[in-house]
Amino acid sequence: MTPLLAIRNLQAEIGGRKILNGLDLTVNAGEIHAIMGPNGAGKSTLSYVLAGKPGYEITGGEILFKGEDLLEMSPDERAAKGVFLAFQYPLEIPGVATITFLRTALNAQRRKRGEEELSSPDLLKRVREIAKKLGIDPEMLRRPLNVGFSGGEKKRNETLQMALLEPLLCVLDETDSGLDIDALKVVANGVNQLRASDRGMIVITHYQRLLDYIVPDVVHVLSAGRIVRTGDKELALELEATGYAQYQNEAA
Amino acid sequence: MNAEIRPSRTRAELGLVDVYNTSRQGLPGGSETAAVRAAAFNHFVLAGLPHARIESWKYTDLRRLMRDAKPLAARPDETAIERARDAGAVLAGLGFRRLAIVDGSFVPELSDLADLEGGVFVRSMAEALALDEPLLSQGLGPMVPADDPALVLNTALAGDGVVITVSPDVTIERPIHLAFINTSATPAAMVTRSLIVAGRGARAAFIETHEGRDRSDYQVNTALQLVVGDEARIDHVKITREGDAAIHVATLLANIGARASFNQLGFTVGGAVVRNQLFVRLAGEGTVANLRGLSLLADLQHADNTLVVEHAAAGCQSREIFKAVVDDAARAVFQGKITVRQQAQKTDAKMMSRALLLSDEAEADGKPELEIFADDVQCGHGATTGALDEQLKFYLMARGIPARQAEALLVQAFAAEVVEAIEHEGIRDALMDATLGWLGRRG
Repeated sequence: MTPLLAIRNLQAEIGGRKILNGLDLTVNAGEIHAIMGPNGAGKSTLSYVLAGKPGYEITGGEILFKGEDLLEMSPDERAAKGVFLAFQYPLEIPGVATITFLRTALNAQRRKRGEEELSSPDLLKRVREIAKKLGIDPEMLRRPLNVGFSGGEKKRNETLQMALLEPLLCVLDETDSGLDIDALKVVANGVNQLRASDRGMIVITHYQRLLDYIVPDVVHVLSAGRIVRTGDKELALELEATGYAQYQNEAA
Repeated sequence: MNAEIRPSRTRAELGLVDVYNTSRQGLPGGSETAAVRAAAFNHFVLAGLPHARIESWKYTDLRRLMRDAKPLAARPDETAIERARDAGAVLAGLGFRRLAIVDGSFVPELSDLADLEGGVFVRSMAEALALDEPLLSQGLGPMVPADDPALVLNTALAGDGVVITVSPDVTIERPIHLAFINTSATPAAMVTRSLIVAGRGARAAFIETHEGRDRSDYQVNTALQLVVGDEARIDHVKITREGDAAIHVATLLANIGARASFNQLGFTVGGAVVRNQLFVRLAGEGTVANLRGLSLLADLQHADNTLVVEHAAAGCQSREIFKAVVDDAARAVFQGKITVRQQAQKTDAKMMSRALLLSDEAEADGKPELEIFADDVQCGHGATTGALDEQLKFYLMARGIPARQAEALLVQAFAAEVVEAIEHEGIRDALMDATLGWLGRRG
């Protein structure tokens, strides 16, 4: 069976500096993979390269998404195919109402997939249902995207987008950063509801804490741009106890 | 060497002398008006067209941009009037009271003059000048440089326009739409002058639209004098959608009384060369003025918004925000000057200009100035120029929005800050639609 995501020997640079250095990773549909690692290991770079952020140069390797070459696709094409990156720092866009953004994004994806666009009332209904589950004030939907939102509100908004767009691969970049424990539970709960047999997730985090709430099937340690160890969820607990020092030495 | 140093006359300057000499007999007005015109034209003859070494015209070198002078447009014939039937279509369906000025002449048969509200009077400028009323010179106030080259040419050559008087405490529910349209297929100049006097406590909205044919190199010099009484509430919107070869020079002279409210917006989307100059004097205490501009420019367009706001009385608040979206090799200019007179204590003035450049060849020039003679004031200005934020664009694209649509959404958001400040929903929607239309042109 073709894996949902297959990354082979991926090499990526930014500004001439090598960040990813022979990364291999396979994620099957239905699996949740956690990627942990010290600061500077390349965790965020991996998430940006998956989403197609400009500025990164791929100098080697490949990324296949459902067997297709992901690196050949523009960011919007990747999104329409089902790749979703929940940003560590969601951006603020003054002048664009959240609901307008959601409608534009969903319908752009549907158009690209040759599906019928969703009417405004239908969309609003769906968005409201999701917002309710995530404890998002419907009034927030009328406000400019993320402008003046707290850290927790921004992460909830990312989760709302993910639930609405129903991607096949969710990449969660440091979703726990800037969240207090209550907000973390709400967001994790939202993510867990998206667990599905046809959907894979990559949860990128520095801390084990998030993995108490979003329990992974596989845990990887990323260091100096490649996966240096793979285990089950017990590995996360071990890392919490021992820290990353040994992997940093290994990589060096 | 005792030779007199005179700049050599350009073809356009010589042409303007010809135009004045051949037209002046036919221009409306008695002997007093003729004398005002002659004095104004004399100013022009001495100074010539403005050029880059004149500070207030630094970025809009008319001597270079205006290659020749055009004869004054003839009064519109039946064909022209027929062509002008849809003048100001951008505001169609909003139920405004349209006053049509076709090829520089007021055309009653295209104007809605029925059932004017009591206390509202509308005349053509030509009619008023024929009675030799001193409308070209009265009450201009000290803030207008008497030798401003655009204004002196306007004074010398203005053939028509409208004169509107709103009596004290009269509220006009239906906005008045001054629809200027240029139908001429042959090169021509349209010089119009209008006057609006709003009495104490009057409330009204005036919308100007200026439009014309593409590929017709006509020239427009239009001026509006606005006298706003104490406690009046006046909105003024100017929509400039001239043809793609036109030169459009517009002057707004506004004198605002005490405890009044004045909202002004200039929306510029058409014309090869556009100069909007605004001279706004807050003459009475406690007045609030909002002055805004939005220019959407492409190809080789050049649009200059030059603003002079004079706080001449205490306790007035003014907000100036001017934005430009500049694509291709177009150029946006903003010059803004706030002067606070010594007696204008407790002035609160903030000016902001922002330009969004969509191509490497696009250019924006900004020159904000504050001139403060009072000691207890709050004044500030800011200016930014930049490209679309690539991070924001990536965020939108990462959610499935294609590049062009993501850019359009960001431009729309940039424009919305100016447009959404308009109170009238119909005008707001018309301008947002015009913005979307402009964006649609980019594909």
